[in-house]
Amino acid sequence: MMWEIIQQTVNGLALGSIYGLIAIGYTMVYGIIGMINFAHGDIYMLGAYVTAISIAVISSIASMPVVLLLSLTVLIVVPITALHGYVLEKIAYKPLRHAQKLSALITAIGMSLFLQNYIQISQGARNQGIPTLISGGFTLWTDKISSLSAVMSYTQVVILVVTLVSMLTLAYVIKSTSLGRQCRSTQQDQMMSAMLGVNTDRVISVVFIIGAGLAGVGSVLVTLNYGSFDFFIGFIAGIKAFTAAVLGGIGSVTGAMLGGLLLGMSESFFSGLVNADYKDVFAFGLLIFFMVFKPTGLLGTPEVTKV
Amino acid sequence: MSKKESYKKLFKQTFLFFLVTVFIFVPLVGIKLLGWKYSLRIPNALFLIFGLTVIRFMIGVINLTPRLRGPFRKVFSQVSYLPHVAPTSISQRKKSLLFLVIALSFVLPFVIEQYWLSVMITALIYVMLSLGLNIVIGFAGLLDLGYVAFFAVGAYGVALLHHFFQIDFWLAMPIAAFLAMLVGGLLAFPVLRMHGDYLAIVTLGFGEIIRLLLNNWTEFTRGPNGVILPRPYISFFGIPFDKNSPNSFHNLLGIEYSLSHKSIFLYLCLLLIVIAVTYFCLRLKKMPLGRSWEALREDEIACRSMGINHVTIKLFAFGLGAFFGGIGGGFFAALTEFVSPSSFTFIESALVVSIVVLGGLGSIPGVIIAAVVMTLLPEVLRDIANVRVLMFGVVMVVMMIWRPRGLTRVLRPRFNKTSK
Repeated sequence: MMWEIIQQTVNGLALGSIYGLIAIGYTMVYGIIGMINFAHGDIYMLGAYVTAISIAVISSIASMPVVLLLSLTVLIVVPITALHGYVLEKIAYKPLRHAQKLSALITAIGMSLFLQNYIQISQGARNQGIPTLISGGFTLWTDKISSLSAVMSYTQVVILVVTLVSMLTLAYVIKSTSLGRQCRSTQQDQMMSAMLGVNTDRVISVVFIIGAGLAGVGSVLVTLNYGSFDFFIGFIAGIKAFTAAVLGGIGSVTGAMLGGLLLGMSESFFSGLVNADYKDVFAFGLLIFFMVFKPTGLLGTPEVTKV
Repeated sequence: MSKKESYKKLFKQTFLFFLVTVFIFVPLVGIKLLGWKYSLRIPNALFLIFGLTVIRFMIGVINLTPRLRGPFRKVFSQVSYLPHVAPTSISQRKKSLLFLVIALSFVLPFVIEQYWLSVMITALIYVMLSLGLNIVIGFAGLLDLGYVAFFAVGAYGVALLHHFFQIDFWLAMPIAAFLAMLVGGLLAFPVLRMHGDYLAIVTLGFGEIIRLLLNNWTEFTRGPNGVILPRPYISFFGIPFDKNSPNSFHNLLGIEYSLSHKSIFLYLCLLLIVIAVTYFCLRLKKMPLGRSWEALREDEIACRSMGINHVTIKLFAFGLGAFFGGIGGGFFAALTEFVSPSSFTFIESALVVSIVVLGGLGSIPGVIIAAVVMTLLPEVLRDIANVRVLMFGVVMVVMMIWRPRGLTRVLRPRFNKTSK
């Protein structure tokens, strides 16, 4: 029993940190312009394709150590997803900045459908995959009676380390740089920051770029972990990451990370100990439960509606 | 700014645009994954890159040339105001046109082939679904992204009632529709306090939960294998369309057996129901309930402070929408004689949402036309069938930016001297 608890904790941490990475895109965009970027999950899906493509291309040009290969892949994937995030905001959301909320939402769904089918047409509908790059892992605990053991694979170590590094970088950028201060002030009061000389349009673009870039990092990690993907993965991953953002309190970056870990842990415990078939039902149920009973999440601030 | 400078700026912008398209299209269109290998498709990428860059440049040139800019703006604004729909008073000419359309649609099944007949039935099912969702999104302004759940409840209701109790379609369909309505009410309760984005995401999660339940609860729903109904499933109010049974439909009438009898019957029944629902929706819009929905859509706080009970009207919106979705689902089961969870994915919800958006949120004629066009277009133009959903996505974005209230313009019903 003990080995299973340890194993699910490790799995949940790895899964949760990826949810957290994607959730940050949702939470930052929501915090700054107050809309759900439905297409964010599809940016992540797109990142998975770019990951596989760049791994295939790089390894066909030259064989190199896995560390170098992965760093190069990240350096290719992140700018491309970030660019997609930027373009997405420019063509779909910017013209609707002052329109009704319903319009922006429908546009976001339209963009999500568009991206899914764009990839389906350009890359084909069937499942794609990458070869296993990192194999093996640490044995954390071996049960004496059944001799089953809890293993933390090297891929999971990579996931945790990369997530930690990205989080610390993001925390530094938001807390201590001029750009971060502009982001925070725009989040608090867009008009006032504009009057004080903050280029709010640029800040919104930057937020989309950061969110899409982190989704790109997440997509490299997931592809590394699972190895296979199709054009539809963005949908489920998107809802799960959004659940994570809601769990932690939408608008709060720390909350998104916390919510991601919480969701990842509870999901892997549920699928390990209760029923693996219903793990998605469990995640969506959790989403609805939080939406109904605690819409502000763990760290969010209550939203006051004024006339 | 002088002309030279502005052209310089345009060249700079076009070059940046070109760079962006290169980075977007080269990795994802120019390279195609093949297992763990890849193949190059550079011509496709180059076509997109240069095509879009040229279009971008042309738009820039038009904007900089006053002689061209004027006419273009004029055309654009004229196009955007072409169709008008006035729901209050229908002129005599429009009335006769409407009569003609209805009469034609009654004659239609007797003259077209079997294949097109089933396409038309599908179109009518989509009209049904769109009318139902139009109540929720168009009238009440509640963005429901899990509408396919009610469609699924209707279809599975009919199929499982036959599977377990051998109940006939004409009894099972109303039961399934009421079941869908019940599920709609069930969904409405937790989402009463939500609006906008939160509502959308919760309904989306709800739709997925229903689909996953249908997929995983194998003892009850037979899981991914689906439920198979007997062929022919639908009967002429108890008289079967069987080929070999002595007291079946064609034997009683003394006519030659034909496969299309069943489809014609299904089509006519569905058409009658769709006309009734359309009339119901048109009346609903002018009733106090419809007016309350409109108030709710425009401003929830103002609506509630006017003393309108937002709980009841939201329940009504979800319940009625779900009811119509359930009827549509029942007919879907009767048409395909087979239901499986793969028919009820999020794409279906998104499709119906895009139909409602394209038709104009709240405009009933617009929604009906959009539903028929969106179902028939991929059948007529086989080449675009595989980019159908892509087009829906583009249409949703363009419509929201260009004409957020849909292609048809809704004139609000109001009290004036001309309306009788």
